[in-house]
Order: sequence, then C-alpha cells, then structure tokens
Amino acid sequence: MLKVKDLAVSFKTRRGDVQAVRGISFALARGEILGVVGESGSGKSVTSYALMRILDAGGSIIAGDATYSGLDLRNATERDMRDIRGREISMIFQNPRAALNPIRKVGHQIEDVLRQHAQATKYNARTKAIEALKAVRINDAEARYEAYPFELSGGMCQRIVCAIALACNPRLLIADEPTTGLDITTQKAVMDLVRDLIRERKMSSILITHDLGLAAQYCDRIVVMKDGMIVEQGDPKRIFIEPQHSYTRKLVDATPRQGESIRSLLPVEDRIDIPNHVVYDAPLLEVRNLVKTYQGKSGPVHAVKDMSFKIKWGQSVGLVGESGCGKSTTSEILVRLMDATSGEVLFDGQDISAIAAKDFAKNPLRSDIQMVFQDATDSLNPRHTSRHTIAEPLRQLGKMRGAKLTARIEELATLVGLPSALLDRFPHQLSGGQKARVGIARAIALEPKFLILDEPTAALDVSIQAVVLNLLVDLRAKLGISYLLVSHDLHVVRLLCDHVIVMKDGQIVEQGPADIVMNTPKDDYTKTLLAAAPQPPARRQKAQIPGGNPC
Amino acid sequence: MSLRAAQSIPVVIGVVIISFLLTRALPGDPAVYFAGAAADEASIAEIRIALGLDKPVIQQFFIYVGDLLQGDMGQSISSGQPVASDLANRLPASLELTLVALILSCGISIPLGILAATRPGTWVDHLCRVLVTAGVSLPTFFTGIVLIYLFYYLLGIAPSPIGHLDFISLDPDHITGFYLIDAALIGDWETWLGAAKQLILPAITLALFTLAPIARMTRAAMLTALSSDFIRTARAAGLSNRKVLYVYAFRNALLPVITTLGMVFSFALGANVLVEKVFAWPGIGSYAVEALVVSDYAAVQGFVLAMALMFVALNLVIDLLYTVVDPRIGFVAK
Amino acid sequence: MTDISTQKTTRTQGKFDHLIYVLRENPVTLLAFIMFAFIILSALVGPAFVPYDPLETNASRALQAPSWKHWFGTDSVGRDVFSRVIVATRLDLSISVAAVALSFVIGSILGSIAGYWGGWLDSVLNRFLDTIMAFPLFVLAMGIVAALGNTIENIIYATAIINVPFYARLVRAEVNIRRDAGFVRAAKLAGNSDLRVLAMHIFPNALPPMMVQVSLNLGWAILNAAGLSFIGLGVRPPTPEWGIMVAEGANFIVSGEWWLAVFPGLWLMFAVFTFNLLGDGLRDLVDPRKRT
Repeated sequence: MLKVKDLAVSFKTRRGDVQAVRGISFALARGEILGVVGESGSGKSVTSYALMRILDAGGSIIAGDATYSGLDLRNATERDMRDIRGREISMIFQNPRAALNPIRKVGHQIEDVLRQHAQATKYNARTKAIEALKAVRINDAEARYEAYPFELSGGMCQRIVCAIALACNPRLLIADEPTTGLDITTQKAVMDLVRDLIRERKMSSILITHDLGLAAQYCDRIVVMKDGMIVEQGDPKRIFIEPQHSYTRKLVDATPRQGESIRSLLPVEDRIDIPNHVVYDAPLLEVRNLVKTYQGKSGPVHAVKDMSFKIKWGQSVGLVGESGCGKSTTSEILVRLMDATSGEVLFDGQDISAIAAKDFAKNPLRSDIQMVFQDATDSLNPRHTSRHTIAEPLRQLGKMRGAKLTARIEELATLVGLPSALLDRFPHQLSGGQKARVGIARAIALEPKFLILDEPTAALDVSIQAVVLNLLVDLRAKLGISYLLVSHDLHVVRLLCDHVIVMKDGQIVEQGPADIVMNTPKDDYTKTLLAAAPQPPARRQKAQIPGGNPC
Repeated sequence: MSLRAAQSIPVVIGVVIISFLLTRALPGDPAVYFAGAAADEASIAEIRIALGLDKPVIQQFFIYVGDLLQGDMGQSISSGQPVASDLANRLPASLELTLVALILSCGISIPLGILAATRPGTWVDHLCRVLVTAGVSLPTFFTGIVLIYLFYYLLGIAPSPIGHLDFISLDPDHITGFYLIDAALIGDWETWLGAAKQLILPAITLALFTLAPIARMTRAAMLTALSSDFIRTARAAGLSNRKVLYVYAFRNALLPVITTLGMVFSFALGANVLVEKVFAWPGIGSYAVEALVVSDYAAVQGFVLAMALMFVALNLVIDLLYTVVDPRIGFVAK
Repeated sequence: MTDISTQKTTRTQGKFDHLIYVLRENPVTLLAFIMFAFIILSALVGPAFVPYDPLETNASRALQAPSWKHWFGTDSVGRDVFSRVIVATRLDLSISVAAVALSFVIGSILGSIAGYWGGWLDSVLNRFLDTIMAFPLFVLAMGIVAALGNTIENIIYATAIINVPFYARLVRAEVNIRRDAGFVRAAKLAGNSDLRVLAMHIFPNALPPMMVQVSLNLGWAILNAAGLSFIGLGVRPPTPEWGIMVAEGANFIVSGEWWLAVFPGLWLMFAVFTFNLLGDGLRDLVDPRKRT
C-alpha cells in the first residue's frame, strides 16, 4: 500500500544544504506494522514528515518517489494532501500534552478533524467525537469531552491524540516516538492500545522509535536507519539474533536485556574484562524513617512517606519507580539540596540531615556526596567551558589553583575519556555523550564516597548509553564509590546495581538484591513494572565475549 | 478573581500615598498664588489656614484620604472648580483620542504582525521589522510636529491644530462627552465631520507610537504559536490553513498580545500628554501640564491619582479577559 | 573510547574573534555599531569641532534657512542649529546612560533577590513594582521632576525609577526559570554559597535578554528626557538639548521655518534608532551560544 523508492530529503540551512534522508527504499503492505528504528540524526522522523508533506520550511523532497495506494505523494497538490492527512494517513507524535491545543477543549479538537473531512456535520459532531473517545478506551467519555489538555495525565493525552488521529478511520497510522517521556506502565498501555486498534481496524502502521526492543515487541518488520540511509531491514527476531550490518549489531548489542552483562552492551572489540568492585558490609549511608511533606496548591503533598534503607560501602543501589513516586525528592534530600520534614540520614555515622541544606555547602562532608544530573544540557552552565565546569568544585571545595588545578582537570578528562581539545568548548558545542562525560568528571573531581546518578543516560542515544554505563562501571571499580542509581529503566538498573529499591507513592514497596527482585519479584507493583518493560528477543547462547562469564 | 482584586488594594494605597507625597513636594506655595499678587503676609497666612496647609503633613494626608473617600478631590486653584468635575469634563476628550488611536493602530499592526509571522524572511517580514524599529524610535512630539508641518502647512489638507473642534462648529450636546459618538447620536453629521477632521492627525501621531510594540509582540507571539507542537498535530490532521491560523495559532498568540495592549494603553496615556500639548487637545494631559506649571496641588494630585486608578482598573479588566481566553489561568495544579 | 566526535577540533574563539564574528554575521549589527560609534564620537569630541559656539547669539543671522554656512540653518536668536545639535549629543547621551545604568543595577539586584528566594520578598517586590507601573510612566517622571526640581540629576533619577520595573521583572523571570536547573544545583554541590550561585552562575545567564532591554531603554531614556524638556520640565534653555530645541522650533513650524525643529528631531530619532538596532547585536555578543 505504501511504496517508497530512493527517497531523498534535503534542508536549506545557513551553512548550505543538509541531506537528512539520502535515498531510502521500503514498502509497507496492508495490515503490516513496520518499525523504523534509528538514533538521533538518522532521518527517521524526517522520512515520515516528508511522506505527509509537513516538512518545515526549508525542507523538501529532492529525489525519489513515494506512492500511497497509487497516489504520488511527492507531486500531489497541497489540496489533495490536506484531504489525505487525517483521513487516509494520520500521525501521532511525541509529547502528547504539547501536541494538543492547550486552550481548546479536547472534544472540540476531535470535532475539528471530523468536520474538516466531512465525516460529521454541526449536529452530530459531538456524538461522533464522543464515539471516537470511546474507541480509544477512555472511560467517562462524556466528561472527558469537556476537558482541557492540562487537566489530563500524559497517558490520557496520548489517547486523545490517538482519538484525533483515528477519528476519520485512516488506513495508515504513523506513530513518531509515541511513548518517549511516558512512564513504563503508561508506555505499555498506550502501545497495547495502538496495536489493538490497528489490528481491529485492519490498518497499516509505521512505528518510529529509537528503542529497538520496543520495535521488536510490536512490529512485524523492522527497518534500521543511520545517517539518512537504511542499513538493514527484516524480521525483528532475525535482526536480533543475526544482525547483518555492523551498525545494527551495535544497536542490538547496546539494547539492554535480561541475562546479559554490562559489557555485552558494547561492540565486541571493546569488551575488556569487567573489573570487580568490592562491597563491604558496613553501611555508608543509612536512611531512617525519611518523610517529606510540602504544601501544594490544593493541600499537603506527601512526597516521601517513611522510607528506610541502607547503602553499604562500595555498593551500587538502584532506585526505581515511575514519575511522582518520590525518587527525585529522596535523592535531593540525600544529596542535601533539600531538607527532610522528619527522619534521619546518617552518612558514615554522622547525621547529615541535622545540618540545614543551605548551610551544607560549607560543610567538610560536601565533597563526599555528589550527584550526576539528568538532562546533560541543563546540568552544564551554558556560559562555562567544560574546563570551567570541571574546575568549579576543585576551586571552591578543593581550593586548587594554577598548575595543580590544570593537572587535575587533565587527569579527570582522561579518566572519563574526554579528549582535552574539548575542554575549551561550550556545552552547545558538545554532543550528548560528551556532555555526560563532563558531568561525570565534575561529580568525581573531589573523589566522593557516594555518588547519586539521577537518570544519567535518559537523554542519550542507546549506543552512547552503553558507553557511559560502562564508564561508570570502570570508575566505581577504580575509585570505590558507592552509587545510588535513580532510573526508570529496569534493564539498566539490573545491569549496574547490586541492590534494588522499588518505590511507589513515596514508599518502598520492595527491596533486595538485584537478581532476586528482578527475577522473582514479590510485590504486585514490581511485577507490573517488570512486565511492562519491553522484552527484546534473547540472543542465541553463543555469546561472543572473549573468555569469562557473561555475568 | 477576587484574589486578584484584593491584590490591587495595596497598589491603590501605594498610589494614593505616592501621589500625595509627590504633590506636597512641588515647589511654590499655592497659598501665595491663591491670595493673589497684591496680598500681604497676613492674608496669605489666612488663606493658608483656610486651605488647611498649616497643619502637619500626616494630618493633611488623612484629611485628604477622608475627602477622597467621599469623592472630593479638592479644588483646582486655576479653574476654581472641584478637581473631580474638571477631570470628568476633560477625560472624554483624552479617552476618545486614545481609543481611536488604539483602534487605528491595532487595525494595522495586528494584521501586519500575523502576516509577517506567516511569511518569515519575505519583504512583508522585513517591512514589519523596519517599521517596528523605526516606530519605537519616534518621539511623539516630533512626529506630531512633522505631521502638522506636512499636512497642514505644506499640503493644507489638515485643519489647524487648535483642539477638539474648529471655530465654526459648535460643541454637540453632551451625552457621553465623546464628540464622535455624541454627534452621531443626534445625527449632526456636519459636526461629526468637523470633529473627525480634528481628530485625525493627533490620532495618527499616537497610533504611530503604538504600532511598533503591538506589531512586534503579535509577530513574536504568532511565530512561537506557529512553531508549537499542537500546530504540527493540526496540520497532520489535515485542518485547513484558515482554521490552523486563526482558531489554533492566533487564539494562542492572543494571550501575550493582550498583555502588551495593556502596557501600550498605559504608554499611550503617558504619550497623551505630549500629543495633547502639540495639538492643543483639551484633555486631561494638557490639564495636568498646565496645573504642574502653576503648582496647582489638588489638580496635579487628582490627575496622577485618576490615571493610576484607571490603570489599575484596566489591569483587572485585562486579567479578567485573560481568564476568558486562557482556561489554564487559575488552574490548581494536580 | 569510541565516542570521540568526528567534528574537526577547531580552535575555539576568543572574545575579540567573537566580536568580529558577530559583526560579520549580521550586516544590520555592523551598521548599528558604526552608527553607535559615530554618536559616541560626536558626544566625546563633537563640542571641540563644531564650527560655531552653540550659545553665541546674533540677531542679524536669525532664522536663516540651511545653507553652506549654516548646515542646519539658524534659530530665532541666530544660533547655529548644527552646532547645537551636535553639542546636545553629549548631554542627552550622558542622561540616558546614567539613568539606564542606575536602573539596571537596582533592577537587577531587586529582581535577582525576588526571583531566587521568592516568598514574601517576592510578594512585596511585586506590589512595589505594580505601584510604580500603575502610573503612566511619563506622568510619573513628570511628577518626580516637578516635585524634586528641574535639574539634570533629577531627570536621571526620575528616568531611572520609572525604568526599574522592566529590569526587575525581566531578571526575576530569568532567575526564576533557572533556579532549579541542573547546573545551579551542581554549583551548590561544588560548595558555592547561595549568593555566589546567584551572582556568578545564574545572573550571567540572564544577561543576553537584558542586553536587548538595555538598548531599548537607552532609546527610551533619551525620548523621556527630550519629552520632559519639551514640556518645560527638563533641561532649561539656553542649554542645547534635543527636546528643548524641538519645543522651541515647534512654534516656528506653522510659519514654515521647519529646520529649527526638524533637525534636532531627526538627530534624536537617529540616536534612538541606533540604540534599538544595537539590541540584537549586543545580545549576540553576550550570548555564548552564538559562539562557534
């Protein structure tokens, strides 16, 4: 039904023409779900925008054909395309709340589409809109009709976006990273819904994602893109078990999955032995009955409700939970940027919760507890070079100056694998992985005993994530740091951590050694979380790790 | 809404205090002025007592506030009338000028801003940017003068700048005080035309001054709205250009535009003073300047207070408008 | 590690290189800087080079149209308009620069404190700013100058006061959105006190949008001073100042002697226009994201 041949898309920028897509060909059969997988810059989204002819100004199709049921998409008039969009081919996007008009009732937004394509008149538009809401399994559709996007949760917003897309019964649905930014359980709910609807209506679909595991789980066929070209296509299982192209192999390796070691995330040639990290019995950090309540706009919010746990010297602990569970609040309190309402935090025997957050900057223990932040772009001062950023803690707490300072910065750069030429660059001149390294270098500059890692790889491409995670493993063996890894990605936690804590609604629902909690969970919530995570197909037992155990 | 109104109270109090202090600091002694040129020490002192100027400042303040609450803004020395009635008489002329100018200005700047946002990089966009930068640079008094020179002196098509109405016509019966409305209401089209002719040049001058910020904000707000994700969704769903532009983009861009309109109105009220002086417009702006020159305490105070209170009221209206346009305002976070 | 960027590792720009880059990148910026340089020059050395004494009167030469002898003509008492216009540059410029500098400093301090610590400090500041902004600004300036006296210092203070809210609001907003950013928390972890974090980490990031505001304000301040002089509240004659000159010239425009008002007015426009154009260029200069 959709045939794409040698499609090429180019953008006019200030620095000349940039080819985002360089000659790709693929076909989509009726009723098929095709996954387009690639990292950032691969051109996967641009392809779908080109097919829908909604490219930004400055972008145009410069070569190739795209035919949809006989209609030439490249040369169709704008009028024809407007007719097709929403009625024959629909699209849903990332970040569902931003995708909806914030000041228009969601019901009206659905009506707009229905009336545009003459699927409803002024009189029955409302009824049909409510039907569309029911079709995406929204309870209480009548009430939801009147709602504004800001009153709804992320998952609900994505359902509304689906309702808008499917209102006119299109034959093809393009989903561009529909689950990025959503919680795992919401992710599963949305993907299941989308798949069910597609099957029910016998539609075809293109699922664009960076998550190879997700694509493998929901798609009939996968296409892998890199730098604007298709490097491989085929059956998901086959791609996982026997990837042909080196890039595909790299992606497959980097996708965390059950039963493999952290080294297997890297390409074969980089898999050196995993150094051992020693875990002592004595507790480095002890949290007792931690409570945090603060005043929200509509009453008190109990962010953390009586948490107790221990982290031993040298141990890596994972803190998992969905958004709103209180894990961020907990880590802010532990790192002493925020005060608890009650409870104790003992660090190496000393009660650090007794010292106010605003006074902690001058405390000698400050250099022992550090943090690596989420969202590398926001965690680096846009006005400071990498050198300045790494030097900051060394200057303020370590009181280092001059040659000693420079030497230490170079040492840290080498330790995290940051080329010294990049030290004089600003954050906007660095890639995601490079920024992550700067953030890590800054955090370990003063050789802390305890490091909190707040979703350190959430914003990174999968292959870069693999590299950064392995870097963290090497560092902990070398420096003997204890980690608290806060993440929503269960596979990553399993690979990196000795001990796991599962949080929900401000409380710990389960904790224990990583293997036990992940393989034989006791609590229902943990089981839900584990079931919701995408399960990429396991590889054949012939693991290619040179010598030694995979685990 | 009531919270917002309550928040204005400290502002109103602040305004009253500041306007009182300002005028008490004015140079010159109104008692001397009032008593006249030939008065001697004794009669000046008598007048001072009569005006209540001998009492301590704090006491004067409370007397003032007491009077205010009864609607009494004091007596104007130069006109001999209660300040409140002076202001009421002259306010319509200023409002008429400002409103006509704003309508003129919005009529050009908003479409220009929308056009420039939908066609970035074209001549329309560049024209808009040049207009905006030039517009913000124009001194109102200068533009007024230049316009008079061009259209009155050189081209002779504008009437002489002597105020609200020329010598020939008679003031229309006072219904609202807005000459255009009053004349239209009684069907006196000759007077209507006369009033309109006098209004054009000052309105254009004021409009030129306000064109720039409105066009700039409209363009910026439209650009932001048009590059939002929900516009992409609307396009992908096949909605027509008109719907996308007006119902989806413009309504979202309206919010910052409304805020700017409020700011512009306040600026215009200030610029009013200058324009009224150039065109001899009998509004409250020229009233204030005349009062300032003779240190007419009550009049200046009344003027400053009236302007500030109008502005506070305007802000409340704008906030109200905001809640109508944007349902997110007043939303309690979950 | 295999993650090394494939970008060429170019030499990063120093501050001067960046200036040249900004000027080349946008021709409008270059134009603005040239115009600005001209204005500064005329303010600094202009008075030494003008052909006539700006205060010297000569009744026999009164009201002469522009000619080769008097480029901008002469005014009602025979003074050379051109000399007066150029000499006025120094006065008008000093007033606006002083006023803007004052309001920048005060507004930044107030806004930073309110934006960072919030709470009752923020509420009080907001009410205070609301009160100032409740007055139509020009009217407030009029009131202040009338109350305090007709001196140049008072014009500067009045202009500074009415401009404080713009900076305070802007800085408050910029500080507020960055208050919880990763790099701010990292700065605290690095041992910086709250004050250091605010002054050295957060505030410098608010500079680019403030630069635009500064340039706009420089223009407004000149317009303000000129407007006040126009209604007789500012600088007093016979001091040459653009506003006064337009005011005096206004009386003669209805009888056709346009040059008395038009030249000072045009010069005024030229200066304000330059500052407005400068805004974007200044912002690019100060924004590290524009560096390549």
